Amino acid sequence: MKQEVILALLAKEPSHGYQLRGRLSQALGPLGDVLNGGQVYVTLSRLEKAGLVFSERTPGLPDRPDRRMFELTALGQERVSEWLTEVSWPKPDLAEFHLKLIAAASAGLADPMAIIDAQRRDLLRRLREAQLAAIAEPRGSDGSLLLEGIVLRLQADLRWLEACQASWTVRRSQS
Amino acid sequence: MTAIDTELAIRARDLRKEYGSAEGLVRAVNGVNIDIARGEALAIMGPSGCGKSTLLHLLGGLDRASGGELWMRDLRLDQMNEKQLAQLRRSEIGFVFQAFHLMDELTARENVELPVLLAGRPQSEARRRATELLGEVGLSDRADHLPSALSGGQRQRVAIARALANEPIVVLADEPTGNLDSAATLDVLELFQRIHTAGQTLVIVTHDERIAATADRLITMRDGAFVDETVLRGGTVGPLGAYLGLEG
Repeated sequence: MKQEVILALLAKEPSHGYQLRGRLSQALGPLGDVLNGGQVYVTLSRLEKAGLVFSERTPGLPDRPDRRMFELTALGQERVSEWLTEVSWPKPDLAEFHLKLIAAASAGLADPMAIIDAQRRDLLRRLREAQLAAIAEPRGSDGSLLLEGIVLRLQADLRWLEACQASWTVRRSQS
Repeated sequence: MTAIDTELAIRARDLRKEYGSAEGLVRAVNGVNIDIARGEALAIMGPSGCGKSTLLHLLGGLDRASGGELWMRDLRLDQMNEKQLAQLRRSEIGFVFQAFHLMDELTARENVELPVLLAGRPQSEARRRATELLGEVGLSDRADHLPSALSGGQRQRVAIARALANEPIVVLADEPTGNLDSAATLDVLELFQRIHTAGQTLVIVTHDERIAATADRLITMRDGAFVDETVLRGGTVGPLGAYLGLEG
């Protein structure tokens, strides 16, 4: 996860690490289950070294990482503003699969249709898990919106595989 | 009549449906073999014209096969006369269609009562069953509305309640979310999951990968035949968050 996410979550108000973790898991719903509990602290420490946040010990409490209160520096504020205006989007990595089919067919090493079928099964199982998680998630929650994104993306991938299947069916019949 | 394994809801052997003759012969369903277990949710996908809806119509006794054998539990559909088939459709099969097919002049409650009354059961029982089912699909407060006063998603939920009215052996659904937006699709998906968990056998023909993926098993059809079968229940693909690269 990008450091800027933690930085931006801190923009609301000075916070302890555990409060940031709470905000993250609220926003991610069931998808946040894979997060490593220490990740937030590691990121905060890196951000502090980079001068983007500063921290102070909360008076009267033992010296433990989650007793520290973190706050954005002016540089940190600036970085958050930049990040919010950046246009970024994950790039779909379809070329590898596409080339796998072409290479398999041209070398006669494997049947492209079998490769497509195996990939389709895998995507369907992922879609199943995402969809069942979406059904279980309260409507309108942050987590449900993220799950909807995953479901839509998997559907798009499955439709592309359908197009691959149709195309390779024709190619096979012509060869 | 051969009795079949009582754990099966449906069994078909070399099921065929042909239209036309000689050069114009169309094999809409071309030698399908299938066993559907009681309580199983089966999805059937495939391109338009692959024969999936025709197959569903054969399974539901809405259409007659040109050949092959078809059982529903221990009942042999391909040997039934029209009257027996109509009786079976009324009492043992629930249908859900893309276009809902509710009776426009009847309220939601009356639509759900109808199959119970047609099965020859008393009005009081029909009323009780309709009230219970409309509650289960979350429409108690819409029971006295006409379909025209309901949203698409609500109409389909009424149609699903109607399909369940006689506690059928199987519910057959043909593109149940084809006319619904994303939120209403999620409602219908949730409902199907709920009735599936309660043990209802479901066969769903769909273009919607979301519905297909939540079934226990997915069959893909092409040119009237099964070309792929994927068991979806069980197994895991790892934590969902890992798919987003969130782990670590």
